[in-house]
Amino acid sequence: MQILTAVLALGIMGFVFGAVLSFASKKFEVKVDPKIEQTLELLPGANCGGCGYPGCAGLAEAIVTKGASPTLCPVMAAENRKKIEDLLGLNKIDAPEKKPVYKAALVKCNGLDTDEYKKFEYMGVPNCQAAVLLQNGPWLCPHRCMGLGSCVAACPFDAIKIGPHHLPEVDEEKCVACGKCVLACPKQLIELVDKEKTVHVKCNSTDRGVEVRKVCKVGCIGCGLCVKVCAYDAIKVENNLAHIDYEKCVGCGACVAKCPQKTIIMENKPNFKGSVAVIDEEACIGCTICYKVCKFSAINGGTPKEKHSIIPGKCVGCGLCVEKCPKKCIKMVDKA
Amino acid sequence: MGAELLAIFIVAIFIENVVLSQVLGLCPFIGVSSKIDSAVGMGMAVIFVMLLASVVTWSIQNFILIPLQLEYLQTISFILVIASLVQFVEMVVRKVAPALYQSLGVFLPLITTNCAVLGISLINIKRGYNLVEATVNAGGAGLGFFFALLIMAGIRERLDISDIPENMRGAPIAFVTAGLLATAFMGFSGLV
Repeated sequence: MQILTAVLALGIMGFVFGAVLSFASKKFEVKVDPKIEQTLELLPGANCGGCGYPGCAGLAEAIVTKGASPTLCPVMAAENRKKIEDLLGLNKIDAPEKKPVYKAALVKCNGLDTDEYKKFEYMGVPNCQAAVLLQNGPWLCPHRCMGLGSCVAACPFDAIKIGPHHLPEVDEEKCVACGKCVLACPKQLIELVDKEKTVHVKCNSTDRGVEVRKVCKVGCIGCGLCVKVCAYDAIKVENNLAHIDYEKCVGCGACVAKCPQKTIIMENKPNFKGSVAVIDEEACIGCTICYKVCKFSAINGGTPKEKHSIIPGKCVGCGLCVEKCPKKCIKMVDKA
Repeated sequence: MGAELLAIFIVAIFIENVVLSQVLGLCPFIGVSSKIDSAVGMGMAVIFVMLLASVVTWSIQNFILIPLQLEYLQTISFILVIASLVQFVEMVVRKVAPALYQSLGVFLPLITTNCAVLGISLINIKRGYNLVEATVNAGGAGLGFFFALLIMAGIRERLDISDIPENMRGAPIAFVTAGLLATAFMGFSGLV
């Protein structure tokens, strides 16, 4: 008898709660677009925040409901992006494909780390923010990278390591330009730059040249030699610091050779293929336009009607002649 | 009467702190205490659910189980009640107050089978509290959980940037911290 009451009581209770819940799930249903869920599954799920939304769920909702572009995600594989576009019917209209710019983090400091560049030995909490609080860091240069790896800790993709000389090294293969390290650096030394660009100013010091020379061998002194030598008007000196305009820079390296402090460096990127111009001599009419337009004297010719040719080794692949040739007989090809 | 309720309240927060002296609800205490933001969310959710659960379980005990002489079904029916209650509350909150759901929502499913909630409901019955006393006890216990979680999260945020020996990083140092916190809370034992 007892067991019967027990079973009944528990059974009825379970039944009542079940009924209430199933009623509530209908009554209080909140409609969620199933596309949000599907989009979320295609996103990388790293929740890095590189898109500017709070995590992947935030971006998924924005893509579906507010029409945000899936290209906002810098991490996603092209294949998944296509799947999302298919899912939402985004690529019905064939928009002209714009070449995507893949950026990577760039650390704008190349300072040395021997004792003569130190004020004291820092022994505190291994964190850049903490080190800055103590006498603005252990280095003589007030702009030098602390080298304690706050950017390393902030990177969700394991793309930064502290290399030799207490300076972070970015693995560009892994870097997806989410910008976490940019925010983490207390000295604002990190910038996101197109991965294809090879020439960089590795300094962030806005001090006067005299001050910089006292505390660093490779800091920018704002002498302006690079500005003069740049044929593309791509370098400016502001506040005693050279800035490269990456839109204009073609990576010719003229400033690298001229820089007295060796602040401007050219990266040797093994998987970066530079390109050079090639002139189709059949089609060339010897108009001398390319000869005049070339800023590196890399084109033979000059007398009218003489066929032009590229001087090997001098062409930096800026592509100016390709644009200007009236006969469209110059092409860019990969080096090597 | 008032003084008695106050005593129950203070005892529940400090002397019989759910986590640090009764050792209930350790899973969220370690799991959700790495950031202060989420600790606050979780703490709020626990206070809320504990209050509701103790009212409902007290009613179940006194209006269903005792009249039918089924007190031995206490544990299973309480679990049943709490789990469905939390699910129900989650649905209602999601529909009625989306803003509240955004801040508490993720934590609610975590509490469905939280042993601190069940434990407080059982203790209320064991001590023979009436409905008001049970509610006050649950509120105090929830607040005690909230404080413990908040203190732990505050400490762990600082631990993150300190120089800890490699073999102690993560869970080990968290357990040591929890142990020290519990010892510190024993200092309250003579309060009432």
